[in-house]
Amino acid sequence: MQVHKYDVVIVGAGGAGMRAAIESGQRAKTAVLTKLYPTRSHTGAAQGGMCAALANVEEDNWEWHTFDTIKGGDYLVDQDAAEVMAKEAIDAVLDLEKMGLPFNRTPEGRIDQRRFGGHTRDHGKAPVRRACYAADRTGHMILQTLYQNCVKHNVEFYNEYYVLDLLTVEEDAVREDGTTYKQKRVAGVVSYDLASGELHVFQAKSVVFATGGAGKVFKTTSNAHTLTGDGMGIAFRRGIPLEDMEFYQFHPTGLAGLGILLSEAARGEGAILRNSEGERFMERYAPTIKDLAPRDIVARSMANEVREGRGCGPNKDYVLLDLTHLEPAHIDAKLPDITEFARTYLGVEPYTEPVPVFPTAHYAMGGIPTNITAQVLQDNDTVVPGLYAAGEVACVSVHGSNRLGTNSLLDINVFGKRAGIAAAEYAKTAEFVDLPVDPEAYTLDLLDHVRTSDGTEKVAAIRKELQDTMDANMQVFRTADTLNQVLTDIASFEERYQRISVQDKGKRFNLDLLEAVELGFLLELAKVMTVAALHREESRGGHFREDFPERDDDKFMKHSMAYKDEHAPADGSAVTAETTAGIRLATKPVVFTRYEPMVRKY
Amino acid sequence: MTAELAEPASKIELPAHIGGGGDIPSFDVHLRVRRYNPEVSDESTWDDFHVTMYGTDRVLDALHKIKWEIDGSVSFRRSCAHGVCGSDAMRINGRNRLACKTLLKDLDTSKPITVEPIKGLPVEKDLIVDMEPFFQSFREVMPFLINRGHEPTKERLQSAEDRERFDDTTKCILCAACTSSCPVFWTDGQYFGPAAIVNAHRFIFDSRDDAGDMRLEILNDKEGVWRCRTTFNCTEACPRGIQVTQAIAEVKQAILSRKI
Repeated sequence: MQVHKYDVVIVGAGGAGMRAAIESGQRAKTAVLTKLYPTRSHTGAAQGGMCAALANVEEDNWEWHTFDTIKGGDYLVDQDAAEVMAKEAIDAVLDLEKMGLPFNRTPEGRIDQRRFGGHTRDHGKAPVRRACYAADRTGHMILQTLYQNCVKHNVEFYNEYYVLDLLTVEEDAVREDGTTYKQKRVAGVVSYDLASGELHVFQAKSVVFATGGAGKVFKTTSNAHTLTGDGMGIAFRRGIPLEDMEFYQFHPTGLAGLGILLSEAARGEGAILRNSEGERFMERYAPTIKDLAPRDIVARSMANEVREGRGCGPNKDYVLLDLTHLEPAHIDAKLPDITEFARTYLGVEPYTEPVPVFPTAHYAMGGIPTNITAQVLQDNDTVVPGLYAAGEVACVSVHGSNRLGTNSLLDINVFGKRAGIAAAEYAKTAEFVDLPVDPEAYTLDLLDHVRTSDGTEKVAAIRKELQDTMDANMQVFRTADTLNQVLTDIASFEERYQRISVQDKGKRFNLDLLEAVELGFLLELAKVMTVAALHREESRGGHFREDFPERDDDKFMKHSMAYKDEHAPADGSAVTAETTAGIRLATKPVVFTRYEPMVRKY
Repeated sequence: MTAELAEPASKIELPAHIGGGGDIPSFDVHLRVRRYNPEVSDESTWDDFHVTMYGTDRVLDALHKIKWEIDGSVSFRRSCAHGVCGSDAMRINGRNRLACKTLLKDLDTSKPITVEPIKGLPVEKDLIVDMEPFFQSFREVMPFLINRGHEPTKERLQSAEDRERFDDTTKCILCAACTSSCPVFWTDGQYFGPAAIVNAHRFIFDSRDDAGDMRLEILNDKEGVWRCRTTFNCTEACPRGIQVTQAIAEVKQAILSRKI
């Protein structure tokens, strides 16, 4: 085992991690650990744009953007955080332009902007052009630009170093009201070098988690194979709560059967959805902004069309994204990649034929709770000194119960930057916390258990069954019955997971072992999501309960906070209000500034 | 600027064939995978696998099926699985391609499909190569915007034409398919290789950048653009459709004329 010492360690090298690294690297000794290479991160798959009220092509202001974000999230958004994000969006875009990002331009040479779902002029009156973009490769350009600037600033990367544990110590502390609690403090992280199979401990004053999402709990997903919720899982196992995990976004337009993302920018540029009768059905569900309604509404409408028998194809299980009324030259200029995906993967020519699409698991609104400085919270308001999180792994919460398109690229830039600055500034004055005795013991156990197990269960088989039940029962429509089914299934998967074995017993690039460890995180997170979904007996944003179809502000206008608690009853079938299956649920108030909850109509 | 568009019809007649298609055909494929694990042996070998696959499956799906159901030790990198992250460049039937973008039905499945690591970079295990020399070349061309002018409060202006000038080379995903298809790179690992030149091109021809001369000087080196023999392997290999050879030619031309 080797020990390294850095002021700041950033875990993850997607948009949030590298944006943090650019700030931190110029202020403190910084290392970035990633289980991939930086340019492989899934930020690069984002397509449509990044919203900021630049008002380059029509009237706009950041207050409208704040409102749209809050309404889009069905009022579960922390309004102070949404204000920060919408206000700092403008500089976030300009920062990227100055770093070299090749945005599309207006005839005047300014950054061009286009429409996107849920982004409106003057509090919902009409769609507004707010998304800054580079064709349908905005995420690719952001990822490349941030990596280029990391190279420029000599940021130190440890590529293919898979972080598996967060090292913390706990101290007795007293609150203002005299009650005592255990204060966590960061000491570092433990990582597994994929190339050699060796463990490396990184002692650090500050740790920034920027590990992205967990889309691989679902079968049909736009997410990369590598998005297995590692950061969320590590934090949860180490006693950090997870916030709002029941809210998972299904992007309306995944390529049918494959889940590959076709950007909302297609609809922003004028494409529309049609059912098997050729009808533009969004006119019925969102009369004002139609196909540009927020994703939760569009995804549910699509699923409903299919459910009511108006799906297309031999199994009537998808709808159509129609671009055929758009000029091919316009499509080529604005949407080159997604049209190529349709051609490559489905053999459909979008110029002349509508493209089969269906909702695809896309984005976790929930995650590790943070405040607006990206500091991680160990409960509703106690900061863990030295620990930060940003991007999809975190829950600030700017997305509430449903994220608006483009706001994730914005989130990673605004809160990644804030995390990088805060982590470095903290490290300037803080002392290193002594590493615990045998810091690698937990990770060693975890790996040895998997490597030496001689059970008969296969990782891939359990993972597939998990994904199948999540798609069938935890997707766009949910009921207590479907959710209980998931919990029953997960209980059996957890039992089987104890008896898995891997065929690869070597040390070098043992990706068989890696997948087994990842499955452990997936099981843990799927359970948290489902328990939280079962407890939230209302419908809000991306969480739709058919047995509770209305939003219930009296009971549920609050964030959910899930804690790992071994004392909670392990029996998933008997759900009480507060505890189930090793998980304790609590709530946290939503922060309001100036927007009163209203009925959400578009 | 986004063109104003006429509102599309609320309802249209769909052609009868839309959404048809019937059952997805399945077929058997035979994959020959190049195996190498220095923990076990210094020699590399071929392993044969037979799997049943479906119409829209890609080579990556077949590799996954092998890894997940037959032999968990088969090792390869992958992430996004739809051709944008650049993890899974490999030699498929002797050609550099992304496994996630190569549909099995587009290959001749009557013969074994060979899958090998990309060439010219040290093999670590099976299909995994050491990418460090590749990224080292990338870093050496100063792949970042350098602007010595006064920083504006808002964005720097750039005309749509100036933006278009370097559009093609912004598409690079650093998968190394081009560089590891280049015969010059195979025989001379010091050569910068096409990908590094593509990324230099992306900045040399960006109207906002002031360091084109420095990059041209770097690429005028004996291991620079002049090593290119214009075999077009790189252009053929690029999964993003970048005109790599043309980009290299434009850099050569810029060095000769010193006009950007």
